This record gives sequence, structure tokens and C-alpha cells, in this order.
Amino acid sequence: MADELTVLELRGITKQFPGVLANDHIDFDLRRGEVHALLGENGAGKSTLMNILYGLYQPDEGQILVKGEPVHLHSPKDAINRGIGMVHQHFMLIPVMTVAENIVLANEPTRAGLLLDTNAADRRVRELSRSFNFAIDPDALVESITVGQQQRVEILKALYRYADILILDEPTAVLTPQEANELFEILRTLTREGMSVIFITHKLNEVLEIADRITVVRRGKRIDTVDRQGATEEGLARMMVGREVLLRVEKPVSDPGDPLLTVDDLHVFDDRGLEAVRGVSFEVRGGEIVGIAGVDGNGQTELIDAITGLRKAASGRVSIAGRDVTGAAPATVLDRGLGHIPEDRQLRGLVLDFSLAENLALHDYDKPPDSRWGWLFPRQLIRRARELLTQFDVRGGGPQTRASALSGGNQQKVVLAREIGRGPSVLIAAQPTRGLDVGAIEFVHRRLVEARDNGKAVLLVSLELDEIISLSDRTLVFYEGEIVAQHGPDVTEDELGIEMTGAGRKVAAA
Amino acid sequence: MSGLSGEPPDMTGQTPEVSEPTPESKVPSVAARLALWQRSGGVITPILTALIAFLIGGLVVFATTGKDPVHTYKAIFKGTGLSWLSPVSIHWHLFYPAGIHWTGWDTTSPTALNLQQTLIVVTPLILTGLAVAFAFRCGLFNIGGNGQYTVGALVAVQFGVWFAGLPGPLHVIVAMLAATLAGAAWGGIAGFLKAATGAHEVITTIMLNWIALWVGSYLVGFNGPMQDPRAVSAPVTRPIADSAHLHVFWGNPLLQGLHVGFFIAVAMLFVYWIVLNRTTLGYEVRAVGFNAEAARYGGISVGRNFFLAMAISGAFAGLAGSIDILGWEFNLDLTVVQTVQIGFIGIAVALLGRNSAIGIFFSALLFGALLTGTSTRNLDPSVFQPQLAGNLTRIIQGLVVLFVGADLLIIYLWQARKKLRLPQRKAAEQA
Repeated sequence: MADELTVLELRGITKQFPGVLANDHIDFDLRRGEVHALLGENGAGKSTLMNILYGLYQPDEGQILVKGEPVHLHSPKDAINRGIGMVHQHFMLIPVMTVAENIVLANEPTRAGLLLDTNAADRRVRELSRSFNFAIDPDALVESITVGQQQRVEILKALYRYADILILDEPTAVLTPQEANELFEILRTLTREGMSVIFITHKLNEVLEIADRITVVRRGKRIDTVDRQGATEEGLARMMVGREVLLRVEKPVSDPGDPLLTVDDLHVFDDRGLEAVRGVSFEVRGGEIVGIAGVDGNGQTELIDAITGLRKAASGRVSIAGRDVTGAAPATVLDRGLGHIPEDRQLRGLVLDFSLAENLALHDYDKPPDSRWGWLFPRQLIRRARELLTQFDVRGGGPQTRASALSGGNQQKVVLAREIGRGPSVLIAAQPTRGLDVGAIEFVHRRLVEARDNGKAVLLVSLELDEIISLSDRTLVFYEGEIVAQHGPDVTEDELGIEMTGAGRKVAAA
Repeated sequence: MSGLSGEPPDMTGQTPEVSEPTPESKVPSVAARLALWQRSGGVITPILTALIAFLIGGLVVFATTGKDPVHTYKAIFKGTGLSWLSPVSIHWHLFYPAGIHWTGWDTTSPTALNLQQTLIVVTPLILTGLAVAFAFRCGLFNIGGNGQYTVGALVAVQFGVWFAGLPGPLHVIVAMLAATLAGAAWGGIAGFLKAATGAHEVITTIMLNWIALWVGSYLVGFNGPMQDPRAVSAPVTRPIADSAHLHVFWGNPLLQGLHVGFFIAVAMLFVYWIVLNRTTLGYEVRAVGFNAEAARYGGISVGRNFFLAMAISGAFAGLAGSIDILGWEFNLDLTVVQTVQIGFIGIAVALLGRNSAIGIFFSALLFGALLTGTSTRNLDPSVFQPQLAGNLTRIIQGLVVLFVGADLLIIYLWQARKKLRLPQRKAAEQA
């Protein structure tokens, strides 16, 4: 298997954590000039494997060969010295320092061994940036550049240290579709220059776009390594999940009824006092899913907060099933028939230290049958939890298990069980599949369509365009706090992608 | 442990779920071990914390005075009267017991008197411990136990002096209730400020402590409105009426016997657990304490719970103040107002007791015993100077607070020990 083109080889890597075999005799090899994708669901063992390669963990068993030579990597420093660079999902940059300062950090060129040679640093960064087409200003402060550019700084940081093996951990999770395309362009340039890239992801379409070879891992084991030619999304999904997966949501044509959620000329300010939502009006009728597409930070969060009562609207009206709920407390809005799957399930959706039974009671703990005259009935909480957990197929724990012990997918199922289980007339789903794996995404999508078919009005906010397109009956495009475009069920990712950047504004105004 | 602890009882009994087990890994045994570790960790870390604190305290004793620490601790223990609880006396010869004698329960022995003293001190410590713990469960750090205690004591004295005509139990109840409400109001101010303006409770409770101290000093001090007009030479309040005295159920009422306030404190441990785990209020408080943002999203008013949690905390501390007044002090003098520490020791009690009802009971017992055992009255001065021993109590108290903060360190060391053992075992298996 190994030839002179192989720059890296992992043989039989095994890593045991308490209760979990994270890596079970995984083999992996990387050739010069290729992008090799490591594909798997959350918790499949991808990150563990890469952390071993980067010297953060020691394997219990197995061997690492870099350029044919067996090595022991005890720290990231060892890895860097062997030419291995890693770009983490969460960037490790110092916002108040410049791009160049960040890049040379801990490796500063000096004059007379003491003084920082700013010019030399600048020159080297400029050179690197130019030779790989990065288009980055070395003197800009990191906090002032876009997320996509910050990621390029991370890549430059690795190149600056003479890395020729680059590990990218879920690099597109934080990028817009356009930024992702730019990243892919950069990766192609890098591999042309003889660099090798390991691309960790759980997104199938990206793998088929950028990877030369694909290794699929599931539950700590390598399932297979395949070439991109001949690989299909369906086949990869099957390998990842271990069973057939429906990638496209099947849904009957919608049959909308009366408007259940009406938003009228809503204005909302954000935490900094800036107007984040500027006069938005729309309605969602029973039996339809309305999707809101947009780049993160264009007022979607503030819109949802204002509808759910978590934030005061400056002006405008919100009504649920014909009843005005503008300015009402969150508890009142919930009782008027609103279900809300929040953007961040760990920050908002769940009290991680509460049991599942307690989490499922988060809205109704203060009413019979959960409680009476301030007296809580834990047995009733457990009884209801047991029903809901079965109904929503939550695995990995019972009513008494703490929410923190569940996997992300099962945590989201608990949130869904609570929000849909209350039988709301309006359901707001914000980023309902963020960070979930293919199997869990399928489940969430099915439940949302089911809610729609049961006559609920569903408002879906998502940064994933394919999710918006496959679920929505109508799509609204948000840009800088306004609706800049509206579409029916047939819309393409390209159209939305362009409108999301504000180019569609004039069209909508017409 | 889980039955009474403030934690929801789900964690201990449950094996923690690991994401999909692989067939090769022996999941049940590993998970079971993990559960055992978590269960034992819950009890072991506080015990370890206390032991290390005592160890370092002993080293300090040895280094600074050259006295035998074991001997000193023995003398302190003797002064606590806790040995009364096991009515046998064991004579040690080197490392094995040479003789065991049944001594029986002599309810009038000096040991019994010492134990009464210890429990009288334990009583308010339980309550100020609860005052800190309840706020903790709502995510708040109540440093104001001392001020709330003082306010409670002041109100209890005044109500004990007034209403002298009331029948006994009624007078006690009225005075206690008034003091509890006063403590609740004092704590509630900090909670209200937090809810309304976001003012940090650590700052406001510390300030309220000083306000309570100086208002109390004015009221009780010379020519203050509460000073006893007959005691011209001493800054002290009038004594409360006999009808406001708590009933002494063990020992001589004239020699500070143990009063029924002890049972009230123990009952409050149950109240604490029930309010937290069996009421919607407790549900809200815990939700806010664990994750205020999720609580708000769930429809819970976070500000209202900040206020209520601080008010209930203050109520516990105010009750503590009233029990000390009605149980054994009977009046309040200026030095007590200015030097009382009960509220601050409550912080150590709550931290060491891990905010659980049963934990608070035992850590209150520990600190109460330390305070009594090192007091001038109970420690044999030929073994160790009580003045120095009092500082030893403070050292141990400080170390406990320090170590509880370093909980993670202890857990880390615990795990590191396991990691070190793992390769050895593997080597042994291969051999």
C-alpha cells in the first residue's frame, strides 16, 4: 500500500477512553498532493484520530509513519517539527493582534536574538500569502477580518511553520457557501504545490467536491477507503450510518390553511442597540413550512427572540392564532401555542445538569398535572418523560439520566419531544440540525414535515441552504434585517446564495 | 447519600450512558466502575479535603510550636464532647487497643456538657450553611450571611423584650418569625438589586454586612435606642423575657444546656431539601442556577428567582440569629455584633457540604466541634494554648475553602493515579 508517494501512514491506531473505544485499529494513509477526506458522524472517532496525529493524545496501540519513518508524537510541537499542521474548528487566534503577529506567534523572527523583527515577519507572511493566492493583509487586526479570512490565517500559520501535511477539522462549519468555495480553491492550489490535506467532515456534498480519496469511519472503526470517482452521496451515507438513509425529505404538496403566525412591521434592536430587524412582515399558515435563509447575524436571531418574547420589539405586532402576543412574557407566548426549538440546544434548549424528565417539564412544570399549588410531582414528570422518550426514539438514557450524558442528536430529540409534544399551533425551528449527524438530521426533518402535515405553522431558520430548500414550502431571504426576496418551493441554492449577500435587494424592492 | 442530598438523585444510581458501545469494549464493567467512581467521588472529595486541611493544620502546629499535632488534635477532640456518643473508652497501646471499657451514657458528665456546647454552636452553623447553599443553588454567592444573621438577632432581641405578656411558645414563635422575615428582607435587598440593576450580589451582600454591623452597633451601643438603661456601663440590650426562652431539653438551663433550636435547624435541612426538590419554586431556582438562559427560554422569570433565592437564604440566616438569642444568649452585646463570624463560617460549611442537606449537617458538625474544641473553656491549656488553637480553626476553615475551589485538582490527581496504573496492568497482562 505504501509507496514513495505516501507521506503519512497510520497503522492500527487504537485509543480507549473510559467506556468508549474511540479508535479501533484504524489504518489511514495520505499521499503527496491529495485531499483525503475523513468522513464520519459526530463521535465516530475522527477528531480523536487527528488529535493523535497532532500529538495531543497518545495512542494505546499502533504506529505512525511520517515519510516512511516511524515517529512518536508527544506534543503538537513534535507534530509541527514533522511538518504536520492543524486548523481547528475553533480558531486559535488572538483578536487584538495583527495577522502577521498571529502567524509568527511563538516562532517570531528576531534581530540579535531579542528584538522582534517585524519587517521580516511581514515579508514572509506577504510572500506566503502571495504564492498561494490568499489575499490577506498582514497588518490587519484579526478581529477586523471575516471568519473566512481568519481561517486562511490559521492555514498560513501552519504553512509558516513549513507544514506540508495539513489537517482541517470541519473547516466549512463556520463558512458561507461562497467562502467554502474559496477555501476549496485554496486547497486545490495547495495540493498542486505538493501539499497534502486531511479534510475532516460529516458533510457528503463537500467530500464529493474536494476529496481525492475518502475514508469513512463509524464507531471508531475504519469502514472503507474509496476514490471519489464512483462514490455517491447515498453510498457514503450508508457507510457512515450503517443503514439506508433518506437524504431528500419526502413530503406531499402542502395544503396551507389559516395564518397562525403573523408578524407585522416588526422592528427589533440587538444587544448593541443597533436595529437588527427593520420592518419585517410575513405570515406563516397552518400546514406550511416557511424557511428563512440568510447569512448568520442578519437579524434572524433577534427576529425569533422578539416573536418568542425573549426580547422586546421596538415596534410592530406579533400574533399567534389571531391573538396578539406582542411584548408578552415568554411563558405567555408559550402558553398561547408556540413551540420553539432554539438555536443553541446546550445554551438554551436544555438545562444540561437537569434530568431528562426535568428538561421535558421546562414549560409545564408550573401547571397540573406536573404540579399543583406549587407542589411538584416528580413521578408525573417521569411518567410523561417515559412516554415522550419512547415516542421520539431518544436513546442513551431514561427519564432520570442527565441531559449532558446524551449525544447531540439525542439531546435535540429531547428538545423536539418537548416542543412538539406540547401540541403547539406554531413551531419555530432555529438551526434545528446544527452539529447533528446524518441519521439525526433525517429524524429531525421527518418530524418537522410531520408537524406541518398535522396543520402546524412551521417557521424554519437555517444557515444550511440545502435544508431550507428541501424543507420549505416558501422561502424568505434575510439580509441586514430585511426580507429581500421570497420564493416558492422551487428555488436553487445559487439564487439564494446570491440574494443572501444583498444582491437581490433591488429585485425584491421592485 | 442521594436521599437527602440537594443534588437531584438521578446521577448516582444511573450508569452514565456512553455513545453506542462497541462490541469489543466491556461496557458494563467500565460504566459500572465509572458510576462507582462518581458516587464515591461525591463523598470522598469532601472527606479528602477535610483530611488534607487537618494534616496541613497539624504541620503548622508542629512547625510553629513544636507540639505533637496528634496530641493536640486529641485534646481538641476531647473538648468537643463527641466521644460521649460512643459510650466506650478504649486504651491504646501502640497500634492496637489494649482495653475497652463500657462507660455508659452519663448525661451529666463533663463530656456531656462539652457535647451540649458543640451542638449549640452547630445549630446556627447549619442554618448559615443553608443560607449560603440555597443561594448557591440559584447560582448566587451569598456572602451576606453575617449581616442577615445580625439583623435576625437584633429583631429577635427586640421582640423578646417586647410582648413580655405573651404565653411562652407563642412569644418564641412571634420573635422567631419576625427575625426570619427581617433576615429575608436583608437578603432580599441584594436579590432585588441583582434582578433590577444587575448589581453583583457579592458586592451588595458585603456592603449589607457592614450596614448591619454599624446599624447594630448604633442600636446596641452606648445611649443607643436598644441599650439596657439599667446597664449604664455596658453596651448591651435588655435581656429578653423568660417567655421567649427556647426550651432546654438536655442539661441545665442555667449552664447553657442544649435547647430545642437544634431540632429546628435539623428540620430546616429537610425543609431545604423539600423546597429544592419537591416544589415548583425549587425547580425554578435550580433551573436558574444551572442555566439561567435556558430557564428564561423556558418561561421562568430569572429576576424573580434571584430575589426569592436571596430572601430565602436570608431567612435561614435570620432564623440562626434568633435561635442564638432565644436559645442561650438572651441579650445582645456590642462585641457580639462586631465580632460575630457565624455567617462567614457558613460559607465553608456550605462548600464542604457540597450544598447538600446531609453534607451541610456533617460539615456544620465538623466546624462546630472545631470551634468548641478549641475554645478557652474546653481545651486543656497544658496541651495547647486555646488562643493559638482558635487560629488553628481559622486555618483549617481557610484551607477548606481553598481546597474546595481546588476540587478539580483532587479529581485530576485521582484520575492521574488511574492512568498511571493502566499501563502497569497492561504490562502485567502481557507478561
